[in-house]
Amino acid sequence: MLTFTIRRLILSVPTLLFISLIIFLLLELAPGDPMAQVPLTVPPEVKAKMREALGLGEPMHIRYWKWLVQFFWIEPQVLFDNMFGTTFAEGKQRILSWQTRSPVMDMVAQRLPQTLWVVGLSYIVGILIALPIGIYSAYRQYSVFDQSGTFITMIGFSIPPFFTGPLLIMIFAVQLGWFPSVYDTTHVVNDWDSFVIQLRQMIMPVMVLALQTTAQISRFMRASMLDNLNQDYVRTARAKGLPEHIVVMVHVLRNSMIPVVTAIALGVPGIFGGAIITEVVFKVNGIGAQLLSALFANDLPSVQTLTFMIAVLIVVFNLIADVLYGVLDPRIRYD
Amino acid sequence: MKIKSLMLGAVAATALAPAAFAERGADGHVNIIYWQAPSILNPFLSGGTKDIESASLVIEPLGRYDPNGALIPYLAEEIPTVANGGVSEDLTSITWKLKSGLMWSDGTAVTSADVKFTADYCMHPEGGCAQLAKFDGVDSVEVIDDLTVKVMFSEPKPNPYGPFMGGQSPIIQAAQFADCLGAKAPECTDANFAPIGTGPFVVDEFKPNDVISMSANPNYRDASKPAFATLTFKGGGDATAAGRAVLETGEFDYAWNLQLAPDVLAKMAEGGKGTPIAAFGSLVERLEMNLTDPSPNLDADTRATVKAPHPFLSELNVRKALSMAIDRNLLVEVGYGQAGRPTCNLVPGPAVYASDNTDCLTQDIAGANALLDEAGWAMGSDGVREKDGVRLSILYQTSTNAVRQDFQALIKQWWSEIGVETELRNLDASVFFGGDPGSPDTFQKFYADVEMYANNFDGTDPQAYLSMYRCGNEPKPESQWQGENINRFCDPEYDKLIDELSRTSDLETRYALSKQMNEMLTKETYTIVPLVDRGRVSAHANSLGGVVLNTWDSELWNVADWHRIK
Amino acid sequence: MTEQDQKIEALQDDGPLEPPHSQWKDVWHQFRKHKGALIGGSFLLLVTLGVLLGEYIWTIDPQKLDIRNKDVRPLYTFLWDSGAKVQWAHPLGTDNLGRDALANMIVGGRTSMAVGWVAMILALSIGTTVGVIAGYFRRLDGPLMRFTDLVLSLPILPLLLVAVTLFRDPLRASFGPETGMFILIVGVVGITSWMQTARIVRSEVLALKEREFILAARSIGTTPGAIIRRHLLPNVISPIVVSATLGLATAIITESALSFLGVGFPPDFPTWGKMLADSVPRMDQYPERVVLPGMAISLTVLSVNYLGDGLRDALDPRIRGR
Repeated sequence: MLTFTIRRLILSVPTLLFISLIIFLLLELAPGDPMAQVPLTVPPEVKAKMREALGLGEPMHIRYWKWLVQFFWIEPQVLFDNMFGTTFAEGKQRILSWQTRSPVMDMVAQRLPQTLWVVGLSYIVGILIALPIGIYSAYRQYSVFDQSGTFITMIGFSIPPFFTGPLLIMIFAVQLGWFPSVYDTTHVVNDWDSFVIQLRQMIMPVMVLALQTTAQISRFMRASMLDNLNQDYVRTARAKGLPEHIVVMVHVLRNSMIPVVTAIALGVPGIFGGAIITEVVFKVNGIGAQLLSALFANDLPSVQTLTFMIAVLIVVFNLIADVLYGVLDPRIRYD
Repeated sequence: MKIKSLMLGAVAATALAPAAFAERGADGHVNIIYWQAPSILNPFLSGGTKDIESASLVIEPLGRYDPNGALIPYLAEEIPTVANGGVSEDLTSITWKLKSGLMWSDGTAVTSADVKFTADYCMHPEGGCAQLAKFDGVDSVEVIDDLTVKVMFSEPKPNPYGPFMGGQSPIIQAAQFADCLGAKAPECTDANFAPIGTGPFVVDEFKPNDVISMSANPNYRDASKPAFATLTFKGGGDATAAGRAVLETGEFDYAWNLQLAPDVLAKMAEGGKGTPIAAFGSLVERLEMNLTDPSPNLDADTRATVKAPHPFLSELNVRKALSMAIDRNLLVEVGYGQAGRPTCNLVPGPAVYASDNTDCLTQDIAGANALLDEAGWAMGSDGVREKDGVRLSILYQTSTNAVRQDFQALIKQWWSEIGVETELRNLDASVFFGGDPGSPDTFQKFYADVEMYANNFDGTDPQAYLSMYRCGNEPKPESQWQGENINRFCDPEYDKLIDELSRTSDLETRYALSKQMNEMLTKETYTIVPLVDRGRVSAHANSLGGVVLNTWDSELWNVADWHRIK
Repeated sequence: MTEQDQKIEALQDDGPLEPPHSQWKDVWHQFRKHKGALIGGSFLLLVTLGVLLGEYIWTIDPQKLDIRNKDVRPLYTFLWDSGAKVQWAHPLGTDNLGRDALANMIVGGRTSMAVGWVAMILALSIGTTVGVIAGYFRRLDGPLMRFTDLVLSLPILPLLLVAVTLFRDPLRASFGPETGMFILIVGVVGITSWMQTARIVRSEVLALKEREFILAARSIGTTPGAIIRRHLLPNVISPIVVSATLGLATAIITESALSFLGVGFPPDFPTWGKMLADSVPRMDQYPERVVLPGMAISLTVLSVNYLGDGLRDALDPRIRGR
């Protein structure tokens, strides 16, 4: 298992380098102009000067190399400095966003909390709702509960968040006035009241996102339970007179959880990537919204860094899922 | 003892209540929402309106434009003019005097060195300053004494109010930005995100592309202002959400630039939590008449160039009739509502430059028909007029946009009533305004008879704008189809007026000349047929007082005067 | 059902009896039991026919502006609001420029469905090809699966957005605004959603390859191409069909999400997603403009998902007959 993990880790380095090159080349080819948002009244000569100041004049391979060095060498140093108060990275050029002229990583650090609060919480809520639904639906396959559970999760699959989001705002923020329609990112939770405010402003985006998570995970759970309920060991367990709840909740559930846990792990990078549409609809201004605004402003260093970070997370969590699978299921052996 | 002191406190509070109105920070907190989020608070590094306006809460210029487009001093003692001796007779220099006793928010004094530094900062060759055009023609900036600074121009400048005027070129603190010149400008993140300023607020925390938290500047020059102790400036989302947050849910006090359909805005205003306000700048939606022949039968070097005059639009009566058939009031009602008003002027403001030209405001289909009859355009059997084998058949193009397609449909119908056949075409905005010389669909190439779009000018002075219509400045193959004289208008008389305007500094004469030129293009020749003067609509909560919408400068120009209505 | 019953039934038949328990009959039998799948399938068929043939029945031009008849409400609003502005000429009402909502739904639906089907078929063909080749040819397995993993680790939505901004103009120039955008969206959705199919198909093929009937086929000298066509593909049809339905649903949702973010089809070209996104500001006044396209998207995707669910149950011999 250890050899497998190490081999996969080593293999993922060229994969990641290749991904970063693909992203870089894609962005290079993009015809966008970072000056597109500058008003028409600014003369073209001034725009040309501004472009030069962004470093657009340098050849492609030099810019790619610079970015690699900044991402893999300087930014970790900055992180280290922040954690231990050292000064390794002092005076070194960090990855600067074209839009804000500030380090991209600082913005990521600033936005990560609200993304994790909203998207992360919705993921947890979604899972907590999904598991019981999935288990019971499978146990009573084709029952009324299964049918309605299927229907509700299907709805979660089928209704896009840009439909549910404005609908919830219309009902709960405008008509009823229960929840705010704009997420306040400056809000600090320090006592019970402020926690309640935080809950109120999170509830709508969390629900919209949780609906989707619930739909996916509960389907997964149901399918996995169904696979196991027909197995011979279940019949054996029942035959030897074990109580039904032990059969289902211990024997079947444990085995069914294996693929579900890996599926949950595979979904984690999505949390850090933010939920672009939901963040835009509720003005959460997390990572997803940052990526979108960077894309529209042709802020290439930001787009490059953010997409690559998401790619790293995907690769890492794929690895974690594979390892988890091996750990949880003794039948699987990696050689 | 305790009770007594409490009661004393209560008495004191009631006694002070009226006075508290005029005390700094007495009105608590104010929330502003811009649906485009500010990404930097240094206008010299970003041309975006969102960045300029958010920065205007913190850093200020020497003078600003008021809602009428007139100049008013901010950090300067007064606006320098030729009359008060601030501008030299030969128009090559302008001398600004700072107010005395001004302090930065960190408590240090504002001096003329800061003003000179600002110019050095923006004019640095490696800085990539977004507002360099404001410093166009500046030869040098000299410090005369602690409070006096002189800007020298390399040639006479009839309009010397480029540098240090308006939200686009505020004064930054030399001490803070000293190490940020040229290529190092973007690296000074702290300074760019929290500039030290003279404005009513100071930055507490800036989250780029998201939110700014501010509090009242303790060293603001007016001890009783601002009325708000803290301010939140939220960015992001869309105009609908911003409008909703002010007008319907009341979460925010001020929302910027609500580009919404009139019915949507009206419905939101019924929410009763706030009021939409409108103000007008120089943006005019207009029809441009092509004076050259765009026929595809012509070869590429002749098509839509001055070599081939237009078969019928070169005739004044046809252009005039086309204008007369249009009901501008209905267009405004359908497309813009509160955010528009009918106009016949190319230069609709500032008021001093606007010509008193209202002839076109009443639709006159009968008059248009009579005019065409008189000019010899006889109605054909298919309802389309023709003369000497030329049919009045028009290709009418514009960019794709719900309101514009609406206008096209209406205008097509009115023109059919005067015997003009119209074919509509709409093009994607990025292509239409893209300026790609290889594309046949750009507004510069003008391969159509009539086209519709909106344009405006920067600042309050229309000189550069009116100079666009000079002979030879038209887009043509030799200039890779670059050029601003879209109509291919050419009149030597007009060119003389352009030259005269660029030599004149006397404001009254400049107003008169501008009006004359505006009329030549519109009501005398109908080369340009203005339709709607498009304004800016913002909204404020009913409890927010002191808001005066300004389209010539930052909308937040008078935020120091904003207060809570109790 | 006992042996006896079947005999008696068979005696009553006029013609020769079909071979008992043909696979497809079983599948159909099981599928029919799944009510959701049946309803979903019929609804999908209805919608497809509706958007294909609708414009011959409802002949109003969807792009025709009619300012005088703008903001007409759908007929059903008359039920509770007798003062509502309704017209028989516009049963689903008109938008703020007086365009007929029903005609737009038909045309918009056709685009959405076309994008869905074509993107799904594209993703399916790539996925199946990669999966079968990787599963069957041992030498190609490593590189192809590495490549699949690599594509799987790309962040899809951001890259999708980048790709749309990147290729929009060249494609628009060569194919015109609508066709260009269609090719682009179908292309990016198809190219970014084949990986799951490839993985599933590969694992199925890997398992099948070792079975006796393949061995037998190989031993009598059948070429690999023929083995794949005749023996492998029919046996992996079940996972392919299921991922097809999922792919169709994803493609429709992705297209509408792109339209919502403003990088989809050109403004005067209706799709369900765009109609929905454009009407969100007027949601409280004219809820039908949001609800109709929203319901259309949701119900189509819902029916596709149900169809897939039913097909999975029907095609899986282990579940079938339970």
